[in-house]
Amino acid sequence: MRFGGLLAVDSVNLELSEKQILAIIGPNGAGKTTVFNCISGFYTPTSGNVLLQGQSIAGLGSHTVARKGVVRTFQNVRLFKRMTALENLLVAQHQKNRASVLAGLFNTPSFRRQEAEAMERSLHWLDYMGLREFANREAGNLAYGHQRRLEIARCMITEPKVLMLDEPAAGLNPQEKLDLQALIRQLRDQYGVAILLIEHDMGLVMGVSERITVMEYGKPIAHGTPEEVRNNERVIKAYLGEA
Amino acid sequence: MQRLLLNLGPALMAAVITALVVTPIFGLQLQRVGGQMSLEYHWSYVLWAALIVFVVQLLKPALKVATKSIVFPRLPSLSPGVRNALIFATLLMAVSWPFFAGRNAVDIATLAMIYVMLGLGLNIVVGFAGLLDLGFVGFYAVGAYTYALLFHWAGWSFWEALPLAGAVAAMFGFVLGFPVLRLRGDYLAIVTLGFGEIIRLLLINLNDWTGGPDGISGIPKPTVMGFEMTRNASVEGGTTFHQLMGWEFSSVHMVIFLYLMALMLAMVTLWISNRLIRMPIGRAWEALREDEIACRSLGLSPMRIKLSAFTLGAMFAGFGGAFFAARQGIVNPESFTFIESALILAIVVLGGMGSQLGVIVAAILITVLPELAREFSEYRMLIFGLVMILMMVWRPQGLFPVTRPQVQVPQKTVT
Repeated sequence: MRFGGLLAVDSVNLELSEKQILAIIGPNGAGKTTVFNCISGFYTPTSGNVLLQGQSIAGLGSHTVARKGVVRTFQNVRLFKRMTALENLLVAQHQKNRASVLAGLFNTPSFRRQEAEAMERSLHWLDYMGLREFANREAGNLAYGHQRRLEIARCMITEPKVLMLDEPAAGLNPQEKLDLQALIRQLRDQYGVAILLIEHDMGLVMGVSERITVMEYGKPIAHGTPEEVRNNERVIKAYLGEA
Repeated sequence: MQRLLLNLGPALMAAVITALVVTPIFGLQLQRVGGQMSLEYHWSYVLWAALIVFVVQLLKPALKVATKSIVFPRLPSLSPGVRNALIFATLLMAVSWPFFAGRNAVDIATLAMIYVMLGLGLNIVVGFAGLLDLGFVGFYAVGAYTYALLFHWAGWSFWEALPLAGAVAAMFGFVLGFPVLRLRGDYLAIVTLGFGEIIRLLLINLNDWTGGPDGISGIPKPTVMGFEMTRNASVEGGTTFHQLMGWEFSSVHMVIFLYLMALMLAMVTLWISNRLIRMPIGRAWEALREDEIACRSLGLSPMRIKLSAFTLGAMFAGFGGAFFAARQGIVNPESFTFIESALILAIVVLGGMGSQLGVIVAAILITVLPELAREFSEYRMLIFGLVMILMMVWRPQGLFPVTRPQVQVPQKTVT
């Protein structure tokens, strides 16, 4: 990925297999989020490709990529702040709507059934995330940890194949971090999503991921299991500086 | 006292500025005596204006304290039963009053209903979807000319042309929206402003089709179930409405009929826009207004969602336009200038963006008040501007700020 004269990210090669949890780590400005934006369609990579189950999704546009089952959260939570938690989840199901505008206008049985189903799914996810009691609360007024969970729920309700989390632990307290770690595992085990993670919190990264890619200055410098990465010399240098 | 003195400087300044502004408007007046022009000075006006501003500015802090306790009226939250009864009573009154009111009043009310319809249409675009559209009148013109041209060239009746007028305007909305909706905010406003003007200029210059600046006249009024409401049937041997009913012919019937039709169209618009915000598409508009990037990350196509709002809004403008053409009996490009767009936008902003009750009240106020204050017609724009400024200062969220119906968790499923 190149911005004008700046080569932001170069020769990144990631492979995420089904139901895998992969983390990208690296110092600030290493280009992790740029990689995220390329994959999720917010940027069109200037060269290279993104394949989803053998099909190229590079340059399709973010909403098309999302519809193909690759959804993401954001570094700074992007909820619809003035809508309730419940409505946030309802909006996310927009693509599932099959009823026409006319059916909606006349409130036909099929439209009502569809709305009921959307409501049921939303309630399921609110329960799952322990947010049921906040269903009617405006999302912007929720505690930060709850907002993070709601954002993940909003992704999951679209039934994605790949869930991309951009620093999901930022701003969480230690207990919430532990909960998040359990949640990520649980989502993978119960719903079979592959998870791509950007995170600075080493405890979480080492605890949850199966593979780790380390980036520095836009280039990957190491790749492997948490154990391998932890003992990699270049990684230690990148994080601690030259001794 | 201390505070009064502190305010003395700014108050003096404001008085001087007022004097400067007021002098050319009220202070100096050109007088023609015979062939001679002479300037007449009215210094007392200037003095009074400066004095009023001075005193108000001086006492402003005190006033602020005094007015703090004044709470703007808020709509009492009514139970659904009471609300429905109230709506029903209002509707009943709206339907029955033209039979007792004067002809002029009914005529103005008809105009007000057209603006209600236009306001509600634009409310979908600006209020719900948050797209600033300054060329709304273009779609109004498309609707009006669709009926006028279909009548002129193909002899279509109002009822045949009405659905098509809505459809053609919607199509224009779709086609124009397609390239421009990727723009946002101010840029979109400028482009839509341009489109409004282009449509008007096309109407002026496509002389052979649209009759140019003269427009098209002799457009027939709507019929009642196929019976004309005229003194004599236009076709030999046709039956007119008053003959059918066995009434004496009276032109008031037509006025009342037009009013009832406008009321009906406005109600249909209200009902549709009321349903829309409770539907998934309404939630999508709201979400898009809040965070477009988040919408895209969830697979919502911003383009399609914006287009739906733009198209629906244009459709209502089209219906309104067709009705306008039928009511006037004549259409020309003069009726579709930018000031009309601004007026409709003012209705939406004044009422409170996204607030349907507010839009209805504002539309009625804006059409009825100038008629009531005919004596001040010279100062109409001045008063209009003043009201807008005061509104923006004191109540920027509009007459009735929007309270969006939020989806609630159904009670029975709570465990």
